[in-house]
Amino acid sequence: MFSILSTIWRVFLHMFSRRVTVQYPEQKPYLAPRYRGRIILSRDAEGGERCVACYLCAVACPVDCIALQAAEDAAGRRYPEFFRINFSRCIFCGYCEDACPTYAIQLTPDFEMGEFHRQNLVYEKQDLLIDGEGKYPGYNFWKVAGVAIGGKAKGEAAREAPPTDVNSLMP
Amino acid sequence: MTSPFPFASIFGILFAALIIAGGLPWVERRVLALFQDRYGPNRVGPFGVLQTLADAIKMFAKEDWVPPFADRAVFVIAPAVLMVTVLLSFAIIPAAPGIIVDDLNIGVLFFLGMSSLGVYSIVLAGWSSDNKYALLGAMRGAAQMLSYEVFMGLSIMGTVLLAGSFDLVKIVEAQRGLWFVVPQFAGFMLFLIAGLAETRRIPFDLPEAESELIAGYHAEYSGMKFGLFFVGEYLGITLISSIITTLFLGGWLGPWLPPVVWFLIKTSASIAFFILLRAALPRPRFDQLMALGWKLMLPLALINLLATGAAVLAWSF
Repeated sequence: MFSILSTIWRVFLHMFSRRVTVQYPEQKPYLAPRYRGRIILSRDAEGGERCVACYLCAVACPVDCIALQAAEDAAGRRYPEFFRINFSRCIFCGYCEDACPTYAIQLTPDFEMGEFHRQNLVYEKQDLLIDGEGKYPGYNFWKVAGVAIGGKAKGEAAREAPPTDVNSLMP
Repeated sequence: MTSPFPFASIFGILFAALIIAGGLPWVERRVLALFQDRYGPNRVGPFGVLQTLADAIKMFAKEDWVPPFADRAVFVIAPAVLMVTVLLSFAIIPAAPGIIVDDLNIGVLFFLGMSSLGVYSIVLAGWSSDNKYALLGAMRGAAQMLSYEVFMGLSIMGTVLLAGSFDLVKIVEAQRGLWFVVPQFAGFMLFLIAGLAETRRIPFDLPEAESELIAGYHAEYSGMKFGLFFVGEYLGITLISSIITTLFLGGWLGPWLPPVVWFLIKTSASIAFFILLRAALPRPRFDQLMALGWKLMLPLALINLLATGAAVLAWSF
């Protein structure tokens, strides 16, 4: 009996407490920088694509929403010929970002991607690629990877030593 | 004695009751949201007032479907019975001196009779639906409303004893000195609980218990037939609130403001309290409901009636 009355009284007091609703379209919620929203593909500081089409994101994806095809340009850089994310399947788990060895694929604090047609949720490479570096400025995979590409031989980049000539290693 | 302007009163009260009942869903959702730290519907029109209108349009546009296995005639009549009985009960409510449809000298009994007839709507709706959930809901509704009606009538008798009349106008007039909620506090509480059960509101919404019986007796109803049950429920709340106002809160009596305004203020406060109860209390089990009604409320109502009778007898000497 007393608990019923106290319940009624305490619910009544809630009339004077602050409302928790965020009036969404007028009032946007604060999203943390690491919020897992819309997926983008970033570029390095020189403007080249970071993605090396290693397929790790596609493998890591639990719902198989990433599709891509690897290719190699004249300079010997690997890049995705197409890169397609089906956002009607994506669960925004961020595994692709974790798997990516070159910081190319990143999740951003943007979730406002509603569409009236399901097909519009399939994002192609031109929809995903951004011009900036995203969360990891200054990083360039090809400058630290020790791989030879056009215009840069092995050992010419930062923190790299020229390869040892095994034939000169005489005792 | 009837009102000096019978037709104005009839249409005025009918109009007011339907407008209030129509606006109540919005009011209830907003007030519930207030108690639950939310906003409720606030998009359609200013503060969402037109939400009810939008819902009504939606309801009219819905397919008015009668299941092929239902007993068609009864199925169609059942929602109308609810509306008719509740709306007829409004005839005896004095909103202000002169604003009453028919000043019956057995007004209280008329109200009790009409609310008893309302049970038919539930039972017939559940029965004609030919659906086990609807039937279970109807059976629950019948049992609940019959058991709670017993002490509902007994809880009012205290007021009737004090006022010395079944006439609602005379009952209001008898409260000039002191509202009956003070000398009849037990009767007031009992009537509140019984009224809650009569309107089948949370916490006593067992006939339609959503989590157990889907929607209970109106599970098979759609479109405007469901709308009638819906509006009927809100009309029922308005009715019980205005009866509480009349019997216990002094009706239209009050200083400074015109009588109708006082009546509306008291009725709205009562409705708001009903909504608060909905926000606060969980639904009991059905056997708990029955035990509460027969083992606690009925004896209390009898004791209250006995004590009031003794007091009235002692005072009259």
